[in-house]
Amino acid sequence: MKNFLKLLVVGLVVLTVTNLFAAKNSLTMAGSTTVLPIAQKCAEAFMDINPKVNISVRGGGSGVGIASLTAKSVDIGLSSRPIKDKELATAKQKGVNAVANIVALDGLAIIVHAQNPLNEITIKTLKDIYTGKITNWKALGGPDREIVVVSRDVASGTFEVFKEKVLGGDKTKDDALMLASNKAVASTVQETPGAIGYVGLGYLSEGVKALKVEGVMPSNKTVQDGSYKLARPLYFYTNGAPKGLAKEFIDFVLSSSGQKLVNETGYVPLK
Amino acid sequence: MKFKESAFKYIALFAALCSVIFLFGIIVSIFKEGYPIFKIYGVIKFLFTTSWHPTHDEPTFGIAALIIGSFVVTIGSLIVAIPLGVGSAIFLSEIAGFKTRELLKPFVELLAGIPSVIYGLFGMAFLAPFVMRLFNLSTGLNAFTTSIILGIMVVPIIASISEDAISSIPKELREASYALGANKWETIYKVILPAAKSGIIASIILGFGRAIGETMLVLMVAGGSAIIPKTIFSPVRPMTAAIAAEMGETVVGSEHYHALFGIAIVLFILTFASNLITESVKRKVMREHNL
Repeated sequence: MKNFLKLLVVGLVVLTVTNLFAAKNSLTMAGSTTVLPIAQKCAEAFMDINPKVNISVRGGGSGVGIASLTAKSVDIGLSSRPIKDKELATAKQKGVNAVANIVALDGLAIIVHAQNPLNEITIKTLKDIYTGKITNWKALGGPDREIVVVSRDVASGTFEVFKEKVLGGDKTKDDALMLASNKAVASTVQETPGAIGYVGLGYLSEGVKALKVEGVMPSNKTVQDGSYKLARPLYFYTNGAPKGLAKEFIDFVLSSSGQKLVNETGYVPLK
Repeated sequence: MKFKESAFKYIALFAALCSVIFLFGIIVSIFKEGYPIFKIYGVIKFLFTTSWHPTHDEPTFGIAALIIGSFVVTIGSLIVAIPLGVGSAIFLSEIAGFKTRELLKPFVELLAGIPSVIYGLFGMAFLAPFVMRLFNLSTGLNAFTTSIILGIMVVPIIASISEDAISSIPKELREASYALGANKWETIYKVILPAAKSGIIASIILGFGRAIGETMLVLMVAGGSAIIPKTIFSPVRPMTAAIAAEMGETVVGSEHYHALFGIAIVLFILTFASNLITESVKRKVMREHNL
C-alpha cells in the first residue's frame, strides 16, 4: 500500500512537471473558419517537426478570433478581414496591441451552374445581379431563366470582401439565398441551373463553372499579381510583433513548405 | 453514518440547485447583452420592421421577417408532424398487436435520436434538389422543404408523448365503449382521442418548442433570405439560423451583437412560454387521471 502511494505521488509529480513543461510549449489560436484549414494543416506539420510542441486550433469566426486575442485567451487570432476600428480600440483598452500578419491570399471565384453558357462577367453586372436590377439570364444573353442569387451570410468574412469589392454601398436583394458556408454555396450552385454564387478559390470543383471577372480568370497567378480583382489577404493577428513560439510558427507558415501547405488547402500562397 | 447521509443530501441538493443557477445565469446574460438593442434601436422598430441588414454601412435591425420565418417553418412542420405523430401513436397503442408494436416502436425512437445536422444534410443534398425538380422551382432551399424535414424530426416527440397519453387512458373506458356497441374506429375517434386530448395537445406544444428552437437544420435548408415569404416555396431565415450564422463573425459589443442577443430574448420568451403551457397542460392531465 505504501509503495503504491509512493508511486502515485511520484507519478503525479512527474505529470505536473511535464504539464508545466508542456505549457511553455503550447500555442493556441482561434478565429475565422476561412483561415482555420491553413492554421490546422500548418499546425499538424509543425507538430510533426517539433513533437514537443502542442498547438490547439479552434474556429468560431473572425469576430471570435479577434475577441479571443483581445481577451488574451489565444496567442494568435485568425481573421479573414482586417481588424475594425472598434475592435482595435477595445484591444488597446485591454492593453493588447493587435498586429496583423498576412499569411496567405484568398480569391473569390464567381461561380454558375456547369451548363450556364455565360463565360465572363463584369463587376458592374455582378452588382446589378446581386442588388436585383438584373433578374433573368436573358438580359445577359442566356436562356430565359430566373437568376437565383446565392450569397454568404452578411456577417461572414467572405461576404465582407464581396460587399467591399462588388456591392459598394448597396444592399443585396432581399430574396437572395444567404448560406452559412462556402461548401453550401458551391453545392447549391451545382444543383441549381439558374444559380450564381461566390466561393473561395479552394472550393472550385468540376461541378461548377467559374467566370472570368473583368476578363481575368481567377487563379493563383492572377490573385498574386493583383490582376484578379476579387481577392483578399488572410491574417494571423498577434499581440505585439510575434515572438517566441508564435513567431516560429508564423515563420513556418511563411516558409516555402508552409506556403506549399497553404496552396494544398486551396488558398493562394503569397508568392 | 449520519454525516454521510447529510453530506449526500447536500450534494444532491446542490445538483438540483445547479439547474436553477444555470437557468438564471442564462436569463441574466442574454437579457444583459440583448437589452441595449431595444434601447438603441427601439422595441417597436426592432420587432415590427422587416429590414435585416446588420452589416450594411447604415445597418438596419428589423427582425419581423425572421420571426415570421421561424413561425412559417414551425407551423409547416407541425402540419406534417401532427397527422403522422398522432397517427402512429394511435396505431402503436390501439391497433398494433404486441409484436408489431415491439418492432415499430424502436424505429420511432431511433428517429428521435438522429442528430439534426444529419437531417440537415439529407435535406440539403437530397430533398431540396428533389423538391426543386418536382415543383419546377428556381431553388429547393425554401420554407416548404424545411417544413417537411423539420416535421419528420418532430414526429417522434409527438408520437411518443401522445402514445403515453393514449396508453394511460383506463381500460374501462374502452370496454364501456365496446359494450355500447361501438366499433374500433368509433372508440378511437369518439372516446380515446377526446380522453387523451390534453396529452396530445401537450405533445404538440412540445413539438412546437422543439421546432422553433431547431438551428442546424434550418441553417442548412431554409435558404436564409430575410424576407416575408410570399409563398410556401420562398426561402426564409428563421431566428435561430440568423443567430447561429452571424454570431461567430460579428464584432463583440457592436449593435449587431446586441441585436443577435435581442433575437435570443424573443426566442427564449417563445420557447419558455411554450414550455409553461406544456407544463400546465401536463398538470391538467395528471389531475384528470387522478395521478
